[in-house]
Amino acid sequence: MSSQNNNQNASLLEVEELTMRFGGLLAVDSVALSIQEGQITSIIGPNGAGKTTVFNCLTGFYKPTAGSIRFKGEDIAGNKNHEISRKGIVRTFQHVRLFKNMTVLENLLVAQHRHINTNLLSGLLKTSSYRRTEQEALDHAAYWLERVDLADMANRDACNLAYGQQRRLEIARCMVTRPTLLMLDEPAAGLNPKETAELDELISDLRSNHNVSVLLIEHDMKLVMGISDYIYVINQGTPLAEGKPEDVSANDDVIKAYLGEA
Amino acid sequence: MTQSKAFNALIPAVLFLLLSIPLMGLQLNQGQIIPTVTLQDNSTLVGIAFSTGFIFLFQLVREKIPFNGSSISNLISSPAQRVPSLHKHDSFKKILTVLLIASLFIWPLFSSRGAVDLGIHILIYVLLGLGLNVVVGLAGLLDLGFVGFYAVGAYGYALLNQYFGLDFWTCLLFSGALAALFGFILGFPVLRLRGDYLAIVTLGFGEIIRILLNNWSGLTGGPNGIGQIPPATLFGIEFSRNASEGGTTFHELLGISYSGSHKVIFLYLIALVITLLTVWVINRLRNMPIGRAWEALREDDIACQSLGMNKTTIKLSAFTIGAMFAGLAGTLFAARMSHISPESFTFIESAMILAIVVLGGMGSQFGVILAAIIIASLPELVRDFEQYRMLMFGVMMVVMMAWRPQGLMPMKRPHIEMRKKELEERAHEAPEATNTRKAQAA
Ligand SMILES: Nc1ncnc2c1ncn2[C@@H]1O[C@H](COP(=O)(O)OP(=O)(O)OP(=O)(O)O)[C@@H](O)[C@H]1O
Ligand SMILES: [Mg+2]
Repeated sequence: MSSQNNNQNASLLEVEELTMRFGGLLAVDSVALSIQEGQITSIIGPNGAGKTTVFNCLTGFYKPTAGSIRFKGEDIAGNKNHEISRKGIVRTFQHVRLFKNMTVLENLLVAQHRHINTNLLSGLLKTSSYRRTEQEALDHAAYWLERVDLADMANRDACNLAYGQQRRLEIARCMVTRPTLLMLDEPAAGLNPKETAELDELISDLRSNHNVSVLLIEHDMKLVMGISDYIYVINQGTPLAEGKPEDVSANDDVIKAYLGEA
Repeated sequence: MTQSKAFNALIPAVLFLLLSIPLMGLQLNQGQIIPTVTLQDNSTLVGIAFSTGFIFLFQLVREKIPFNGSSISNLISSPAQRVPSLHKHDSFKKILTVLLIASLFIWPLFSSRGAVDLGIHILIYVLLGLGLNVVVGLAGLLDLGFVGFYAVGAYGYALLNQYFGLDFWTCLLFSGALAALFGFILGFPVLRLRGDYLAIVTLGFGEIIRILLNNWSGLTGGPNGIGQIPPATLFGIEFSRNASEGGTTFHELLGISYSGSHKVIFLYLIALVITLLTVWVINRLRNMPIGRAWEALREDDIACQSLGMNKTTIKLSAFTIGAMFAGLAGTLFAARMSHISPESFTFIESAMILAIVVLGGMGSQFGVILAAIIIASLPELVRDFEQYRMLMFGVMMVVMMAWRPQGLMPMKRPHIEMRKKELEERAHEAPEATNTRKAQAA
């Protein structure tokens, strides 16, 4: 997109030699990723390949054993996860993690915690700046509720939503934090074909109209091949292949890894 | 319908009667060889009758009274029942609250000194319960050493007064701040721990403070404690019989004869105002971003962090705020007793405060107040049963846990509701807001 003009080879996120070891298990081994601004990049691979572990390293849940992670040129490897998310990298989880006993609306308000004026005194006295930021947070939440089609559910507890709705709420909850890079861990898991198609549309729309780049982990090949600009394939922790969707889907190694060797 | 309502209201009233008559209405006469049990004097019985009536009426109309934004209809009922709108019964609720508060202010004028003193005692526990409720009930951090902050507050007043001659009001501020500071300093290393570990470390902290006070004799007077802590003053006016040098006393100023109950009533009023302020502040906090953050952190701390919330600062804020209220309670305690010693701050005290929070229903302010009243007043009212105090206490806890594990009044945090129309309007305004923000960011 337009912001790439100042430096051609500056990508949004640049990962090199990322390695994560759990005791004797090498879950991720020398993985490299390069994510361009405004693109949808996918990571695919068989179960247990280490995709989620890569996510956990990128977002600071794990401290990588080795490797560098550069976000907008800044090394963020080993930063705390809330610091990383404040820089604009926000993720969803393979198993939905909502604040279950809070309402849908409140889930979106909590996510804006650091955008609201959290000064205790101004909150106690309800100063005008406090009320204004709270108001903005409500507006912003309402906008995203409408966007992911959950406006009717605003006052329900999150645990009462259907599974597909919970998935959408989790994405909306990321979006209200105004991220630069949105990382989705198997967002289509458990969705029916219609919901998957809507998700496809939503992700494309986020990328084109809401200024985010997307890093996607997904097993649904139809979704991945249709939506991705670039794909990385990981197998047993090591990079197997990368390229445009058509290249990857034609790659013999990839086909072998997915179908299993005979 | 109305009949079943009356019946539903009757049950708690009868339960109360059954509980309170043996606990409060009977008197053990130990003078004789064989102790006999007689009915308490009339005033106690009248009190019980009144309370029973109140409980009956209250239960009858409770669905119409949303209290403090959270509705009382959730007291005993299923969570599915929710008051449709928070504004509906506003005026009724306001009148009731004002009446209640007014009666709390006027009541001591018609009561005995002992009763008012008991009132202060109860208010101190209400304050402690509310403070711990922030930590345990709202933020979900199990703190077993809360009494440490209470001790910091009490000794803060005693020591600052003894060594620097500061008066009650200055010390109240200092002690609150000092306890908050202790909460902050302790919280910093400790809040990285989870659940059980946190409980044990805080338990240790409470004990360390007590042992320190016990052994640092040079400063704190050791096990003998500190005496002659002056009562509170009103703009420099004293409540003692004889004025200190250059001072004036309250009874001289008004030209009335000296009565020891003046200073008790005055301290009661101070405690009442502080408690009301506390209720208000905590109620606001629960509705503020910080209150939501506490709840979110209790629900899923990993999700919180992934959204850019700093777990440690949020926990620390709860710890610090809770400790501050304990500090205020400590100062009131020192002013009430005029003599304090480390034995007032043992672990059993922490356990009592925790029992108040659990009994009241974690997180629920009204429940905690009610539980504090029960737990703090029971041992005082039934002094004759001294030996059986802990036994009764235990029985009460067991019964409660079996009968209502969620506490007297389980918490229902006031939710932010949004009506559909409002939602649509907002949703259409928002894109502009995001656009301007983007423009700013660029
Ligand atoms: N915290 C951990 N401790 C030990 N081993 C772990 C840990 N997290 C992941 N692993 C291991 O690392 C390997 C990769 O797991 P990971 O969850 O990243 O796979 P994945 O590609 O996300 O798989 P799936 O498609 O099933 O979600 C697995 O063998 C897993 O058991
Ligand atoms: Mg995974």
